[in-house]
Amino acid sequence: MASIILDKIDFTYSSGTVHEMQALKNINLQIGEGEFIGIIGRTGSGKSTLVQLFNGLLKAGNGHIYVDGEDIYDDDYDMKKLRCKVGLVFQYPDHQLFAATNFEDVCFGPKNQGLGKKEAELRAFEALRNVGFPEELFYQPPFELSGGQKRRVAIAGVLAMKPEVLILDEPTAGLDPAGRDEILGLLSRMRSELGITVILVSHSMEDVAEYVERMIVLDNGEILFDAPPREVFSHHRSLEEIGLAAPEVAYLMEELAKSGMPVKPGAVTVQEAAQEIISAICKIP
Amino acid sequence: MIRDMTLGQYYPVDSVIHKLDPRVKLSATFIYITALFLFRGLAGFALVTAVLFYVIHLSKIPFGYIVKGLKTVVTLLLITVVFNLLFTSTGTEYWHWGPFHLTSTGIINAVLMSVRLGYLVIGTSVMTLTTTPNALTDGLEKSLSCLNRIHVPVHELAMMMSVALRFIPILIEETDRIMKAQTARGADFEKGNIVRRAKNMIPVLVPLFVSAFRRADDLALAMESRCYTGGEGRTKMKPLKYGKNDRKAYLAVIVFFILVIVFRIML
Repeated sequence: MASIILDKIDFTYSSGTVHEMQALKNINLQIGEGEFIGIIGRTGSGKSTLVQLFNGLLKAGNGHIYVDGEDIYDDDYDMKKLRCKVGLVFQYPDHQLFAATNFEDVCFGPKNQGLGKKEAELRAFEALRNVGFPEELFYQPPFELSGGQKRRVAIAGVLAMKPEVLILDEPTAGLDPAGRDEILGLLSRMRSELGITVILVSHSMEDVAEYVERMIVLDNGEILFDAPPREVFSHHRSLEEIGLAAPEVAYLMEELAKSGMPVKPGAVTVQEAAQEIISAICKIP
Repeated sequence: MIRDMTLGQYYPVDSVIHKLDPRVKLSATFIYITALFLFRGLAGFALVTAVLFYVIHLSKIPFGYIVKGLKTVVTLLLITVVFNLLFTSTGTEYWHWGPFHLTSTGIINAVLMSVRLGYLVIGTSVMTLTTTPNALTDGLEKSLSCLNRIHVPVHELAMMMSVALRFIPILIEETDRIMKAQTARGADFEKGNIVRRAKNMIPVLVPLFVSAFRRADDLALAMESRCYTGGEGRTKMKPLKYGKNDRKAYLAVIVFFILVIVFRIML
């Protein structure tokens, strides 16, 4: 299993031109095995840049990244090995689906790893089953699928490489609430079944609050909070200042507590809030 | 990275040159190029140099940024210089070996050609650096509108050009993203011979074409739903109008051109 350590990372786009833009400033981060992490920030906060550093697609201007104790910026470090270890699924599945059938497309990753045809097909089959992709669509072209199904194929395409860390950039963008819950539920299930580290990138707190165990909030290229969701949401005033918001229930619980109801603010999901309110009502004589 | 390409990209600063009417800049560039191939003698050379540097100074674009654009034509420049140096046989001869000669005329020609080519690239990039692609097509459309009378679809051509220009950065960025997505799946675009490399591009080209067609379709739909029917009877939100500075610039360009001709005849 893989652990990732970021040590004083800076990243600047188009360095040395008029379009120069610093995307990340002094990022220090430690990601352990089997964690479920949400990276949150509004558009332009540097979250997509950060995840592209994890698998070496972008190279930091300053600082070091260690994966399993090895510096990935060492000259003799095998980048291909890193990309098998740290899988990254981009926001738009359309950017990676190219083959004539879904099945072939999922085979692309394992084949690049140097696996034989049989082995690659086995991996693809397994991955497509893991993401709950219907079998009758295996040999259909990927361009005719719905958004949610395309995303499944894209995730399977990375999953087939058997990564130890799975990173997903905005996996729920453009999906309806049902599709969103399905994908997030799927990831959470895969994480417990396959024991991989899952990192979600999102601009929506509410989406991921229910699932992740640790939240990293980015603002303007810097880490603002790095804590469990409950703790992050207790800072909802400063979250609002940077254009994010805590889940609606957090506000409701705060209002209730203020009006004298004996509830503890800090509920993150609707279920938790309901529990808390019921027990509070029971306490009232 | 691909997106760091700078050649001819609009450089956003506020300057007199930036504010000129695109038609002025187009015709000035055209006249400047003509002048580059007309001038003769040191006086002419001094004139075209002075004018170029004055315009660069006015445009507020850092000189180093413009020179960077020259990098792309360095090979062409070198070839021209070498050919002129070695294959000119007139003038005083300094050295020769087989078919190769080194003569005084050859040296002068080599210097002259490299100056002409270099100034040509710098001059035209000053225009593209100070004019947005949209303003440029607007200017072209207006300047060429006389061709409408002989049934050349000027507006349609200009629209095609601005759509194409508009989509270049989008498609470049998209290519970048697709390449990253495939690299994340272990694709390698640098290994192997030319056939293998071409084959390796398929996972990039297919999504790129799919998305380009989709974008084209969306754009056509968006234009149609806003009742776009082509150039006939279409008015502009910001029609091009000459201002005081534009007239001054025209005058300066004419004076410059007359001087170049005078220098050529007199000196």
